[in-house]
Amino acid sequence: MKTALRGAAVGLALAAGFTFPVAAKTLVFCSEGSPENFNPQINTTGTSFDAAEPVFSNLVEFERGSTEVVPGLAESWEVSEDGKTYTFNLRKGVKFHGNQNFTPTRDFNADDVLFTFNRMWKEDHPYHNVSGGEYDYFNDMGMPDLLESVEKVDDHTVRITLKRVEAPFLANLAMAFAAVHSAEYGETMLEKGTPERVDQEPIGTGPFQFVNYQKDAVIRYRAFPEFWGEPQKIDTLVYSITPDASVRYAKLQAGECHVMPYPNPADVEAMRNDPNINLMSREGLNVGYLAFNTQKEPFTDKRVRQALNMAIDKQAIIDTVYQGAGVKAHNPLPPTIWSYNEEVEPYPYDPEKARQMLADAGYPDGFEADIWAMPVQRPYNPNAQRIAEMVQADLAKLGIKANVVSYEWGEYRKRAQAGEHLMAQLGWTGDNGDPDNFLNVLLGCDASREGGSNIAKWCYEPFDSLIQQARQITDREKRAELYREAQEIFHEEAPWFPIAHSVWFQPVRKEVVDFRISPFGRHVFEGVDIQE
Amino acid sequence: MLRFILSRSALVIPTFLGVTFLSFFLIRLVPGDPIEVRVGERGISPERLAQLRHELGLDRPLWVQFFDYIGDVLSGNLGVSVVTKTPVLQEFLALFPATIELSVCAMLFAVVLGLPAGVIAAVRRGTTVDHTVMGVSLTGYSMPIFWWALLLILLFSVNLGWTPVSGRLSVMYWVEPVTGFMLIDTLLSDEPGAFASAVRHLVLPTVVLGTIPLAVVARMTRSSMLEVLGEDYIRTARAKGLSGIRVVGLHALRNALIPVVTVIGLQVGVLLAGAILTETIFSWPGVGKWLIESINRRDYPVLQGGILLIATLVMAVNLIVDLLYGALNPRIRHGR
Repeated sequence: MKTALRGAAVGLALAAGFTFPVAAKTLVFCSEGSPENFNPQINTTGTSFDAAEPVFSNLVEFERGSTEVVPGLAESWEVSEDGKTYTFNLRKGVKFHGNQNFTPTRDFNADDVLFTFNRMWKEDHPYHNVSGGEYDYFNDMGMPDLLESVEKVDDHTVRITLKRVEAPFLANLAMAFAAVHSAEYGETMLEKGTPERVDQEPIGTGPFQFVNYQKDAVIRYRAFPEFWGEPQKIDTLVYSITPDASVRYAKLQAGECHVMPYPNPADVEAMRNDPNINLMSREGLNVGYLAFNTQKEPFTDKRVRQALNMAIDKQAIIDTVYQGAGVKAHNPLPPTIWSYNEEVEPYPYDPEKARQMLADAGYPDGFEADIWAMPVQRPYNPNAQRIAEMVQADLAKLGIKANVVSYEWGEYRKRAQAGEHLMAQLGWTGDNGDPDNFLNVLLGCDASREGGSNIAKWCYEPFDSLIQQARQITDREKRAELYREAQEIFHEEAPWFPIAHSVWFQPVRKEVVDFRISPFGRHVFEGVDIQE
Repeated sequence: MLRFILSRSALVIPTFLGVTFLSFFLIRLVPGDPIEVRVGERGISPERLAQLRHELGLDRPLWVQFFDYIGDVLSGNLGVSVVTKTPVLQEFLALFPATIELSVCAMLFAVVLGLPAGVIAAVRRGTTVDHTVMGVSLTGYSMPIFWWALLLILLFSVNLGWTPVSGRLSVMYWVEPVTGFMLIDTLLSDEPGAFASAVRHLVLPTVVLGTIPLAVVARMTRSSMLEVLGEDYIRTARAKGLSGIRVVGLHALRNALIPVVTVIGLQVGVLLAGAILTETIFSWPGVGKWLIESINRRDYPVLQGGILLIATLVMAVNLIVDLLYGALNPRIRHGR
């Protein structure tokens, strides 16, 4: 297989019209599906983000394998006194990729940053409606309401002014949707009358340049020799699209790929014992939880919510349902995020005390309630149905009659977000690694409106004021302080029964060097090497 | 003959309408539209949901959408994928050759092995050969495709390393699609070894997809042969002293083939259905995988268009099969 892969590199080099040294290295990633397109501004799935990842750079980026924000195309930045104005000093001499339809004539500059943001932001931008014109992440992260202006100060300085102070803003800029595009490529394609090519044949400043894509079969990239960062150790990167997890594993075993995403839980043990495979793992940036609808009886009473937190055997759920692919959650934040409060004392599993508290709250004989289970497997919850049954059994001991309810996935979310449930399971995977992205999105007052993502419908002023305050300051230590306090309030008020944070498994072949699991669930090949 | 073709083709119209109607309404019975499916845990504001629905025309009454769709289809417009924003027909034409290539190979595999196996089993009726052929074909018929495929992959690809696990061509080759048929494209390209790689990639999917048709063809051939071999004219032929091979090969087989050809025609539908699973397992970039994904993403135009195109093809094949009867057996020649 080694020779096959080396041959692959040569074949690719010939195909692309380039020659590589004989020892060209090819890394094959058995990706799980076809991307919708290659522009992370307009897509929403992890599969598509992974496909665009090698091609683009952002103003600021997440350090590989971490949620830490580091300089990218912006070498440095200053934040004004009032926290509303960010001035980015752009890196000089950064080259864009080229392809058969486009050869860049200039280096990256402020116009490219403006092109990137204005496409998503301004409805009259010539590219705004290209390829459907939906900018879900840009909108979902609240950018249209947040941005006051994006201005070019000079070729290498961009000033972004916000309408209000928003501490997570920098982390948002490191997200996939803020990938910087070439304004010149945009203009060229517009002139040729094929603007949608910008989204299908991507041009960026990233470590790898796009070579070609065959739908449902293969995507090819090659290392970009003029990349502004460290030179890449591999020469070619191939995504071999393989939708079935068992088949991906077979390909990994046979040496047809080096890295595979999303293994079957059932295969994990065998992978651990396979001498050719290095099974990496990491806690995911996510949380699975059971939310109590705090606007409906009996969950308006916090004693009931606390009682249920003690009545359910969390360890049993972790052992039975997650089987090593999850850790117990006590906080709404996953432990990989800064400001995670380790001092919060978890509720013990104590059915007796729970019974007592329920009696105190006026429910000595329990009550009847529905418990919702998602119909799909999610990283933070591999089997909601099974969890619902276990919770049902635990609650039955307190006289609570819980009926398990489920809907089709889209319908489920819609109804839960509308607050139709009494108890519903759901979860969240973080976007930008900022605590605000969990605490505000899932538990803030604004999100508790009908249709909002706070499905506990929990709007608690002392908690909300802390997290709103934390949004307003950029000093990270002070913010962490506020978030730690907020987690204590969350614990006391118990709007959820937090279930688990998943553990990601990432099988790679032994010869792969320095692959780091992205906390965001992305697959990043920058800096990865193969040791033959 | 012409009258037959015309009247037979007229039957296609109600089938067309039925298929369009079913594919249009069945996918809409599945809860969640393309937008809701895309939204995820974050939720969407009711105003934005309404706006996006409006853009896709999903806020109009269903029957209006349906008749609009029929109108579009009749003018040759199958719509644009909600997900990739590419015209449905363009995607279909890019992917369909892969499905045809796989299906044709599977059918050849089934016929080339199934016909002789069935004939031999009939001629050697009641012997071990017969029992073996029938036993194996029953097993093949009952084999769940998914399990069978994984079993073959584990044995031949992972343990023995004889065949590649999945895909159409090794990543070491890049062949510009000309016809879309990998076997032809690799021959046209001047990449040494690409053709062999394409063949190696075809082996396992062909066997998996061809297994059920193979079993059906073998069993059908056997029972049809048995019936014919008992006929008076066969006894006459034997009595005339014709050689066994001549009797079986010429007189019996030709008559026995009629039901077999019908079954082969019907198997085209089965093949295309099986291709959906087979393509998913072997990462085969054909229309099967494309349709499955379109269901998951509620990509209405892709699903409707894809089903319509495939249904058209199945109908066309069955029409051709009906016409073939005449060629095989003059007694069924049409429209004298």
